[in-house]
Amino acid sequence: GCEFLFPQASTMFARCTRKCASSALLVALLCCILSPPAQASKSSEDIRCKCICPPYRNISGHIYNKNVSQKDCNCLHVVEPMPVPGNDVEAYCLLCECKYEERSTTTIKVIIIIYLSVVGALLLYMAFLVLVDPLIRKPDAYTQPLRNEEENEDARSLAAALTPSGARANTVLERVEGAQQRWKRQVQEQRKTVFDRHKMLS
Amino acid sequence: GSLAGLIDISAHWMTDLKEGVCLAGFWFNHEHCCWKYNTTFTDRDKCPEWKSWSQLILGHGEGAFAYILNYLMYVIWALLFSLLAVLLVKGFAPYACGSGIPEIKTILSGFIIRGYLGKWTLIIKTITLVLAVSSGLSLGKEGPLVHVACCCGNILCHLFTKYRKNEAKRREVLSAAAAAGVSVAFGAPIGGVLFSLEEVSYYFPLKTLWRSFFAALVAAFTLRSINPFGNSRLVLFYVEFHMPWHLLELVPFILLGIFGGLWGAFFIRSNIAWCRRRKTTKLGKYPVLEVFVVTAITAILAFPNEYTRMSTSELISELFNDCGILDSSKLCEYVNDFNSTKGDDLPDRAAGPGVYTAMWQLALALIMKVFITIFTFGMKVPSGLFIPSMAVGAIAGRLLGVAVEQLAYYHHDWAIFSGWCSQGADCITPGLYAMVGAAACLGGVTRMTVSLVVIMFELTGGLEYIVPLMAAAMTSKWVADAIGREGIYDAHIRLNGYPFLEAKEEFSHKTLAMDVMRPRRNDPPLTVITQDSMTVEDVETIINETTYSGYPVVVSRESQRLVGFVLRRDLIISIENARKKQDGIVSTSIIYFTDHSPPLPPSSPSMLKLRSILDLSPFTVTDQTPMEIVVDIFRKLGLRQCLVTHNGKLLGIITKKDVLKHIAQLANQDPDSILFN
Repeated sequence: GCEFLFPQASTMFARCTRKCASSALLVALLCCILSPPAQASKSSEDIRCKCICPPYRNISGHIYNKNVSQKDCNCLHVVEPMPVPGNDVEAYCLLCECKYEERSTTTIKVIIIIYLSVVGALLLYMAFLVLVDPLIRKPDAYTQPLRNEEENEDARSLAAALTPSGARANTVLERVEGAQQRWKRQVQEQRKTVFDRHKMLS
Repeated sequence: GSLAGLIDISAHWMTDLKEGVCLAGFWFNHEHCCWKYNTTFTDRDKCPEWKSWSQLILGHGEGAFAYILNYLMYVIWALLFSLLAVLLVKGFAPYACGSGIPEIKTILSGFIIRGYLGKWTLIIKTITLVLAVSSGLSLGKEGPLVHVACCCGNILCHLFTKYRKNEAKRREVLSAAAAAGVSVAFGAPIGGVLFSLEEVSYYFPLKTLWRSFFAALVAAFTLRSINPFGNSRLVLFYVEFHMPWHLLELVPFILLGIFGGLWGAFFIRSNIAWCRRRKTTKLGKYPVLEVFVVTAITAILAFPNEYTRMSTSELISELFNDCGILDSSKLCEYVNDFNSTKGDDLPDRAAGPGVYTAMWQLALALIMKVFITIFTFGMKVPSGLFIPSMAVGAIAGRLLGVAVEQLAYYHHDWAIFSGWCSQGADCITPGLYAMVGAAACLGGVTRMTVSLVVIMFELTGGLEYIVPLMAAAMTSKWVADAIGREGIYDAHIRLNGYPFLEAKEEFSHKTLAMDVMRPRRNDPPLTVITQDSMTVEDVETIINETTYSGYPVVVSRESQRLVGFVLRRDLIISIENARKKQDGIVSTSIIYFTDHSPPLPPSSPSMLKLRSILDLSPFTVTDQTPMEIVVDIFRKLGLRQCLVTHNGKLLGIITKKDVLKHIAQLANQDPDSILFN
């Protein structure tokens, strides 16, 4: 039933099969590019064998960890020193449960540091916007009207009329400024709808 | 997948940050800090590298003062995290608040919300989700993960022209993305696809089915290779027990289903009442303060009870776990008789004192969670609903399970038990009751059926438990439906007034199209545009005086025969462009929508041809069409407006909002609550 939504969609569906194959290929390629980094970070991993032994007769329960490979992960290799004498070892070991676990400390470290840096960057940007930006922008007279915008389309046409003539707007700084103004306006509109009017849509 | 891994690892680290730091490397959480150390059973949580805050500041960890210091640090960290979250949301992306699933449902039904799935929303939602979850608030991360996944899908669509231009195809991608989101949240790819089918999507053609499955699988695979939990599991509470259950246990399972349904209905009613109060009174003017107060209350009440102090996922994992000899939590402190222990299967035992303390602590935790979640869901931070409702259900289930177990132990000679539960056999597994309770509560709140059962058994790997899960889910859905008609997401959609036409309900009234169409009998006549006799100035006057989103085009005012439909937006843009770029277009130029220009005297200004923006195939119904069919047409074709004709002449127009108002009127609701234009 989607074809009825847009008349041009039906023609797109006809060309679907060839383009579907190519886009599926692209997606698969993206996956292959993305997964090796995840695999590579496992190379410097930590491994351990964790054996949990419950209380047995008069010995209290214990947890043993040892850095062994998966084939050596059993009670006899890991539980040292063995708390029971030789003939009881088998009975004791039957009660113990050994599991092999892996982790990747590099992944954890990288992710936490990325996360903290993103949070820090956002906080710095917010501080910049709140504190420093108004000070910089005070001498600029033509940005004043942007503060008192109404919630209709006039603001957009006003802003369009206010951008300087074509030649100046092409420098990188001007373009960044333009983008930043647009984004600020968008956030302000969103904030007005969500926080002030408590409705999600405008 | 990668984003989910990032969220999981960061959330774990920050949750443990409230309690202490790891000296070996500050990026380790508690479990990873103590990874390498041998410990005894009783001290399994302590290791030399992990220092709680009181140990760091005071040097020792015991005593009343240390407890108070820990308490204080916990509350301070919680407040810091939640304040940061709400400031980031407010400052950068106000659309990142809330769960996201109601809005995604509306988007998938055809409505366009600009900016809701943008890149700033994605970044802020990911970051603030971690902060909100770590601050100890009673919320989960599944709903926001669906929103994050849909943002990723939307951003990816921008890279491919085929999807960027075509809204219908983009919605298919979003359905697949929603499936991927649920799959990484629960480690359940099939459950994710079913959730997308049942709850989120409006259209779900069959080719989207395998594509969603592929997306969910890739996401699950990526998450697994990041390995956030160190043991190749996707979700924290993956449990694996295979004890059989007995037919008589269906009675307590159905009881749990009834509890789940009752709690679901109660939660939906009170949450909607609270959210409505937030919208209409002064409470809504102070979002930051509200988050602050709720976090303070949650943190202050949560710290003393160890079951609320730990993160909700850990709580659920502990409750689902069946007690073996190797577990040493308080919940598993049964009176052990070592002589009769054979292997790993423990018989039913009498409860030790630890179990009794755990029981009343859990009961307190249940009451606290039931009430605090009502105030938490809907705040201006990303908040999900799945984990808190599963926690409520798991606590209730576990309490009931332990009660039944003790009943069976002490009264094993009663008729109902003696048949299958002899002394020394292991017949009741409280962990299973916790699972069934969690499923019942989740079903009662969201009214999911099939997807819930599939998610639960993918979580536990226990195919034997399908029947109890189904029984509980169906009972809770029936009970909850008897009390209130909608699930939580539909209730929020209705509260916010989105133009969402519910696809699951039937329209059973006998009204006709002419009862619903506009203009009504006493209204001014329909605003139309003629195909070749209006000037640019006339059209601009019409655009400025009315606020309709589109205008029908007729042959002439006398005949009122329909030509097509033109959108307001297209008209504005074309006229502006024509004024700027085409020469000779002035206010008295005539606009024509026909193929060939009408004959005019040579001295008149040049004409503006706008046939290219005209939609020549608008949908029409006659005025005698029953509304049942009209509603069906709107649903199945996703229309926004439909024209009404009588004897071939244009009579009026029905928009989706008119349909919704009509349905609301017939259901005796307030039709003005639908929509804001």
